[in-house]
Amino acid sequence: MNKPMRRVAVFCGLLILALLVRVNWVQFVQADELANHEDNRRVRIEQFAHPRGDIIVDGEPITGSVETEGSDFRYARTYTDGPMWAPVTGFASQAFGSNLLENVEDDVLSGTDDRLFFNNTIDMFTGEDQRGGNVVTTLNAAAQEAAYNGLLEAGQGDDTAKGAVVAIDPRTGAILAAASTPSYDPSSFAGNGESDSEAWTALDKENDPDDPMLNRALRATYPPGSTFKIVTAAAALENGRVDDIDESSQTEYDNPFQLPDSTTEISSQAGAACDEPSMREALVLSCNSTFLGLSHDVGNEEMISTAEDFGFNEEQFLPVRAEASVYPEDDDPGNAMAGIGQASNRATPLQMAMVAAAVANNGTLMEPYMVDELVAPNLSTIERHEPQELSQPLSPENAQLLQEAMESVVSEGSSRDAASIDGVRVGGKTGTAQNGEGNANNPFAWFISYAITDDGSPVAVAVVVEDAGAERDQISGSDLAAPIAGDVMRAVLDGEN
Amino acid sequence: MSSTSNTTVSTAGPPSRRNTELAMLVFAVLVPVLAYANVGLAKDESLPAGMLGYGLGLGLMAGVAHLVVRRWAPYADPLMLPLATLLNGLGLVLIWRLDQEPEITRPALGGPMAADQLLWSVVGVALFLGVLIFLKDHRILQRYTYISMVVALLLLISPMIPGLGDEVNGARIWIRIPGLGGLQPAEFAKIVMVVFFAGYLMVKRDALALASRRVMGIYLPRGRDLGPILAVWGVSLMILVFETDLGTSLLFFGAFVIMLYVATERTSWIIFGVLLSASGAVFVASTNQHVGDRVENWLNPLARINDGVTETAQVMYSFGSGGLFGSGLGQGYSRLIGGIAAKSDYILATVGEELGLAGMMAVILLYALLIERGMRTALAARDPFGKLLAMGLSGAFALQVFVVAGGVTGVIPLTGMTMPFLAQGGSSVIANWALIAVLLRISDTARKPAPAPAPSLDAEQTQVVRA
Repeated sequence: MNKPMRRVAVFCGLLILALLVRVNWVQFVQADELANHEDNRRVRIEQFAHPRGDIIVDGEPITGSVETEGSDFRYARTYTDGPMWAPVTGFASQAFGSNLLENVEDDVLSGTDDRLFFNNTIDMFTGEDQRGGNVVTTLNAAAQEAAYNGLLEAGQGDDTAKGAVVAIDPRTGAILAAASTPSYDPSSFAGNGESDSEAWTALDKENDPDDPMLNRALRATYPPGSTFKIVTAAAALENGRVDDIDESSQTEYDNPFQLPDSTTEISSQAGAACDEPSMREALVLSCNSTFLGLSHDVGNEEMISTAEDFGFNEEQFLPVRAEASVYPEDDDPGNAMAGIGQASNRATPLQMAMVAAAVANNGTLMEPYMVDELVAPNLSTIERHEPQELSQPLSPENAQLLQEAMESVVSEGSSRDAASIDGVRVGGKTGTAQNGEGNANNPFAWFISYAITDDGSPVAVAVVVEDAGAERDQISGSDLAAPIAGDVMRAVLDGEN
Repeated sequence: MSSTSNTTVSTAGPPSRRNTELAMLVFAVLVPVLAYANVGLAKDESLPAGMLGYGLGLGLMAGVAHLVVRRWAPYADPLMLPLATLLNGLGLVLIWRLDQEPEITRPALGGPMAADQLLWSVVGVALFLGVLIFLKDHRILQRYTYISMVVALLLLISPMIPGLGDEVNGARIWIRIPGLGGLQPAEFAKIVMVVFFAGYLMVKRDALALASRRVMGIYLPRGRDLGPILAVWGVSLMILVFETDLGTSLLFFGAFVIMLYVATERTSWIIFGVLLSASGAVFVASTNQHVGDRVENWLNPLARINDGVTETAQVMYSFGSGGLFGSGLGQGYSRLIGGIAAKSDYILATVGEELGLAGMMAVILLYALLIERGMRTALAARDPFGKLLAMGLSGAFALQVFVVAGGVTGVIPLTGMTMPFLAQGGSSVIANWALIAVLLRISDTARKPAPAPAPSLDAEQTQVVRA
C-alpha cells in the first residue's frame, strides 16, 4: 500500500505547488496591475487618505482639504472661487475622479510622487502624516478675475454668456488667465455623498445643455473668423507675397471676391472701402477679399506650414492637455475660406492667444505652460519650468510690420475705446465668426490683442464669446470681446508696475 | 533522532518527541499573540485590552492539549498539534482584526465574531482531548463502518430537510439548530465518511484489486465492483445538484478515489474517478446556474457584474495590493470584499493583503506541513485500516485546502468551503480538531514501541504438566 500512498503524497505536493505558483503570479507578477486597477478602491482611498497639496496662484492657495466623516475617504477637496478657477484646477472628487491640474499633477498633490520619497520617509520617522506637495501656477489672479467677471457680464439678462479667455505672457509663454463660462464649482461634488451625486448629474451635458464642465479655454475649438487674418498676413509676409504693409498694389483683389472653382462671391462688411486696401487697411477694415486672395496665392501647403508654426494641428500640454487647433489640407475654395478663419479652420482660445503672443514677442512663440514650480511639503523645489521657445513663425522684421498693422486696428478701428491703454502700445484684431450652416446660429465674437511696454510684451489675450443672447447685429468682436481683453490687459499691466 | 534530548521515554523505544512539541507550541502561541499586539498597535496605537486574556487562553488551551497528548498519546507526531494551534491562533487574530472594521461587523452581519470563534476553538480542543482520551485505539472505529456510512449520509442530507436546512449565498450547506446557530454538517461528515471508506475498502480491497479484466494494458473493474464507486459518485453529484456545493462533492469524491487507489493499487480507478468527476462537473456547470456563475466568475475575475465590482474582483485587488510583503496586519482594506465572507470564505485575502506574498506562502506551507505529517502517519501506520484512515483524512484535508485556497486565488472556480482552522465558523474548527486528534491517535499507535511478546499459554501449560 505504500507505493500508491507515496504517489498520492506527490500529488498533494503538486496541489500545494500549484497554489504557491498561483499566489506568486497574483501577488508578484500581476500585483502592480491589480493594485492600480481602476476598480480597486484602495487607489482612491490612498488618494484621499492625506490632505492633498494645494494649487497656488500668486502665492495663495486656491484649493484646500477638509477632513470628512462617514466615509472611507478621509479628506475632501475644497476650492476658493471654484467656478472662476475650475478651467485651471479641474476637480478632484472622491466619487468622480479628477481632471486637469488635479489629475495631471496628482502624484505630487497626493504625495505619492517618487521625488517626494525622501520627504515621506522623513515624515514616517518623525511620525508626521504624509502630505502632498504644492503646484505653483503661473496664473495671475487679477487677470483671471477680470477675464471671468468680464465673461459673466457679457451675458444678457438671465443668460450666462458662453465664452472663454486665455491670457499669456508672450515673453515666457506663461499662462496668466484661463477662464471659461458657464462654469461649475468643483467643491459641489468633491465628496461622495448624495448631494455630490446630484450636483454631478445636474452638471452633465445631457442635463445642462450649456455644458458647464466643458473647458472652453483649452478644450473647445471655434472657427477663429477674422482673427485668423493675422496668421494669413504672417504667411503672406513670410512668403514674400507682401513686403510693404502700406503698398496697396501688393494686396489688390476683386471685391467681392469670387472663390476659385466656384461661383460663390464673398463680400466684405466694409464694402467698397475694401476695393484697393493696403495690408494695414485690409486688417483695420477686416477686408475678406484681401485675405481670401492672399490665402489662395500663398497656397494650402504654405498656409498649413505657417499655421503649424503658430501651434496649429498639435495638442499642447501645459501640462494640462489642450485640444489641437485645426488648419486642414483642403481644396482651393476651402483653403481660401480657411484663410479668413472659416470653413474647416478651427482654433482654441489658447491657440489664438498664442498667435497674438508670437506677434507681440517679435515673432518668437514661447511654449505655453501653467505650472511654474512643483514644491515639496518642506517647501523645497522638486521641479521648475524653464521657458522654452516653441517656434519662430515670423522674422522679427515681419513681426514688427504686423505689430504696426495690429496697432492701427486698435487705434483706428471700432475697438479703440474698449482696448486702447494710455502710454502702452496695444495691437489687436476683432473677429466675428460665422456659426452653423449658412450662418444660421449666432456668430462667435472674437478679439485677440497684446500690449507692449518698454520691457517687451507682458500680455497677449484671446477672448471668444459664444451666443451671448445678444441681438444678432450687435454681435461683433469689438463690442463683446474687446472690453474683456482690455480689462485683462489692464489688470496685468497694473500688476507689472 | 538522538535520544539524549528525551527525558520521558525509555531508551529502548523511539524518542517520543514530546519536548519538541512543547517547544514548537511555545512558538505557536507566541506568534498569534504578537500578531494580536500588532493589529492593536496598527489600529489604535496601543496594545489591545484583551491581549493578556487572549494569550493566556490560547496558551492554556495549548498547554492542556500538550499534557493530554503527553499522557495519552506519548508517541504521537510532534508537529501536528503546534501546527493546528498556530493556524487556529492566526485565524482568531485575523477574525478579531476584521471585527475592527465597522462596515463588516454590523449587527445584521452577526456582529463581532472573534469571541464566538474562541469559544468554538475551546469546544474543538475539548473534542480533540476527548478523542485522545477515549479512543484508545483507532481500530475500534473499524467496528462502526456501516454505522458511519449511515451517519455520514444523514449529515450530508440534513441541509436538504425543510425546516432544518438553510440556504446561504445560493448554497444549501447549513442546518440551523435553534439556540445554537448554524452548523455545516459536511465538515463532520467528512471525517465520518472517511471512517466508512477505510472500513469498507479494508474488507473489499482484495476483491476490487484482483477481480478485474485486463483490456489494452489497464485493469478494468468488474461491473458489480463498480457499484460502490458509482454510488459515491451519485451521492457527490446529488450534493452538487441539490445543495449546489461544488467543494463538498469534490472533496468526497476525491477522498474516495484516493483511498480506493491506495487500497487496490490499481491506476484504473484513478482514470475512472477522474472521468466520472470531470463529466459530473461539466454536466452540473452547464446546467446549474449557481455553479455556472462561479465558473464564469473564475474565467473573468475582474469583470463587473451589474456595474458593480464583484467579490472575486475585490479578492484579487486585495492580493494585488498586498504585493510581496503586505500592508501589515490591521492596515489593509480586505473589508472592501464586504459582508461576512471576508471572515470566512475569503479569509486568505486578508492574509494575502496584510501579510503579503511572504505571509501567504508561509500559511500555505503550514498547511503543506500538516498534510505531510498526516501522509507520513499513513506511511508509518502498521495496520491497513490505520493506513487508509490516515491517508483518507490527510487526503481530504489536502483537497479541502486546495479547493478553498485554489478557489480564492483563482486556480479553480470558487466553492463554498472554508479554510480549516483559519476561517470563521464553528463546525469547521471543531471538526478539524477532531480530525487532528484521530491522526495523532494513529501516529501514536504507529510510533509506539511494539509491545513485548505475550507469554505463550502453551508454554505455561507445558510447565504445569512438568511440575
